[in-house]
Amino acid sequence: MKTVQFAAKFEYLDEIREFVGMIARDGGFGDKDVYNIQLATDEAASNIIEHAYENITDGLLELSCGVKDDKITIVLVDHGESFDPSEIPLPDLKADLSKRKIGGLGIFLMRKLMDEVHYEVKSNQSNVLTMTKRKR
Amino acid sequence: MDITVQEFKHCDMITVKGRVDSATAPQLAQALESANDGGKYKLVVNMSELEYMSSAGFRALLAAQRNCKRYNRGEVVLASVPERIREALELAGFTELFKTFDDPLQAVGHF
Repeated sequence: MKTVQFAAKFEYLDEIREFVGMIARDGGFGDKDVYNIQLATDEAASNIIEHAYENITDGLLELSCGVKDDKITIVLVDHGESFDPSEIPLPDLKADLSKRKIGGLGIFLMRKLMDEVHYEVKSNQSNVLTMTKRKR
Repeated sequence: MDITVQEFKHCDMITVKGRVDSATAPQLAQALESANDGGKYKLVVNMSELEYMSSAGFRALLAAQRNCKRYNRGEVVLASVPERIREALELAGFTELFKTFDDPLQAVGHF
């Protein structure tokens, strides 16, 4: 697993996507999977920056990524407010335009695009989000 | 991300190039809002050179669609949506909220 730390700011999303994209490509994932892995990681990081670090300006986001056998694992660690994606209700995708809620869409995409999404609050005040995906 | 606006007789075409994420989506939202502020509610979003769009971009499109469709005064349609972006829009259930066209001029002709 390779690990990098980013300041928890939206301006680093490009680099965050590049980092996981490169590892996924080198690990043999195809274009479609690479795009979806980048999208899921972006949604996860965006949620951390927007919610976990909502009132914190100097937050750090630690991103680890590696491919073993046919599986990519992405781990995002933050030290902000705990924010369990599994507690967020799924958006109603059948709702018409006026009723369509936009919240929860990023989490919904993460769950759809990855095989597993797991969230854990550690005792040392860190939140650990782990996502995995196997090659098709 | 780069945005250009082109005025047609019956609609405006907003061409979005590059990548739309949480960092750049506010610029897209702003471009759509200024079209509305200028009384333009019939909008084509040309995605032919768009490389990437996260749910932050979807949010901006949804807000614009709501505003444009109010009072039946117009709508946002999407043109030349790249395959990966279309798949993500489909997953999010967004393809039923927007008419899509393969070709930008075909989308302009819709209005």
